[in-house]
Amino acid sequence: MSSMEAGTTATLRVRPLSDSRVTTLVAPALFGVLVIGAWQLAVQVFDIDPFIVPSPRAIYDALVDSRASVWEGMRGTGRNALYGLLIGAVIGILAALVANAVPVIDQMAAPIVAALSVVPIVALAPALYTMFGAAANTARVIVAAITVIIPVYFNTLRGLRQVRVVHRELMHVYAASPVQIARTVTLPTAVPYVFTGLRIASSLAVIAALIAEYFGGPVDGLGKAITTAAASSNYPLAWAYVIGAILLGLAFYVVTLLVELRVARHQPGT
Amino acid sequence: MISSSTTESGTAVEVAGLSRVFPRRRGDDVRALEDVQLTVSQGEFVSLIGPSGCGKSTLLRIIADLDAPTAGSVTVFGKSAQQARLDQDYGIAFQQAGLLPWRSVADNVALPLELHGTGSRARKDRVAELLELVGLGDFARAYPDELSGGMQQRVAIARALAESPRLLLMDEPFGALDEITRERMQGELVRICAETGAAVVFVTHSIPEAVFLSDRVVVMTPRPGRIIDIVDSGPGDDGRRDDDFRDAAGFFHTVARVRELLHGGPGAHAVAAIRGVENR
Repeated sequence: MSSMEAGTTATLRVRPLSDSRVTTLVAPALFGVLVIGAWQLAVQVFDIDPFIVPSPRAIYDALVDSRASVWEGMRGTGRNALYGLLIGAVIGILAALVANAVPVIDQMAAPIVAALSVVPIVALAPALYTMFGAAANTARVIVAAITVIIPVYFNTLRGLRQVRVVHRELMHVYAASPVQIARTVTLPTAVPYVFTGLRIASSLAVIAALIAEYFGGPVDGLGKAITTAAASSNYPLAWAYVIGAILLGLAFYVVTLLVELRVARHQPGT
Repeated sequence: MISSSTTESGTAVEVAGLSRVFPRRRGDDVRALEDVQLTVSQGEFVSLIGPSGCGKSTLLRIIADLDAPTAGSVTVFGKSAQQARLDQDYGIAFQQAGLLPWRSVADNVALPLELHGTGSRARKDRVAELLELVGLGDFARAYPDELSGGMQQRVAIARALAESPRLLLMDEPFGALDEITRERMQGELVRICAETGAAVVFVTHSIPEAVFLSDRVVVMTPRPGRIIDIVDSGPGDDGRRDDDFRDAAGFFHTVARVRELLHGGPGAHAVAAIRGVENR
């Protein structure tokens, strides 16, 4: 009898990635090809100058020719974004744990965090370059980290409050200690929410690290490369670096998404 | 095996003069329980039945120390409800299975053992034994989201039995299941209770379920929640609680008796305005 029940229920579960069909991949790919084709055609037919918009062909050539330098830029910006993501995640999660445990701190922090979330963090970059010196990447890492803290903090705090009544009562019945409750129920409940926060934060970290480069600092990132190429009128190359930035953002997003799906695979969606 | 109150002396649960009032803002307080007296002997199966709002769940929650009485006393194996909870004298199962979705079936059953410091070797053996008992030996590594509602509920019952409690508290554990699964689970619960010899306090709103499972059916009425009668049930000395019992004359007699009490029919105490009783 048990095997019969399992047979009817076990197959019903939908897995987000394995469920995607050919059409869900082909349709957007086809659309992309059409857009790029039309773009190429428009540039050629109307003889558009490269400083307005270069042709996809020219961008592709620049990307292939300068792939080592684009890769170098991706590594530079990617490193800053990754450090920022890790530091911001640790601070965000710890802050949420404290706020959850001490309601007074939550009440005090709420307006500050809300204010922080509307401040354009990259605007701090010039001040931070002055504080830490223009030769160091510190300012960029800090900008990325602050950007990350906010979504991670909010999502973690929300996750910590999702403990179901039946689980809380069960732990009460078991006379579990606060540490046991946190370890066996509260934290596992929050984990999918933490990773949702990290997924949102991951692409923000890349954007923040890149934009911060526009305001100064050493010359080893995509943001600096884009401004330099544009300043020397090498527009296809500037666009090639933009492609590198897109790939970097996508990589951060996809990796955190996969981790999120893996971690939350037995839990209802957040 | 011990399955009847007459074969073992001693009291599992003693409820005396128990009242519970839920205060509300406007002053029209809800009297969920009023002056409830109940004794459950060791090894005895007692059902609490009544319409919504009769306080049956509240009574169970007070015995489990999940709620506190406004007046009166509860003793569980001669101790306060709180002490009994701290000593882990009872196992509990709710209407929702309440499994931890990130833990496998085996780890869910092991949860109370893990929290109370049972060694991993003994834990593993006990979990295998319990899963065999509830007929889920092949599902140790499955996750709750891969199981049907009935299977999840069986995992929850295995978890409630993990520490071999002498008392089992069950709050409509089969309430969310379909009729067929429900009857099968009742049969399994009868078998499990016979094997473990635990006393059971079982909340339900199904008359046949209460009559089939119980040595005694406690009939309750709402506003204020109180006990109107306690009906003896069972297949008699030579009978067994199996599907034959469901067809026996005695079964139908007891069902009719409980129904009369709930509906305030002939022979019942004067009970006004009882509605919403399901006759499943």
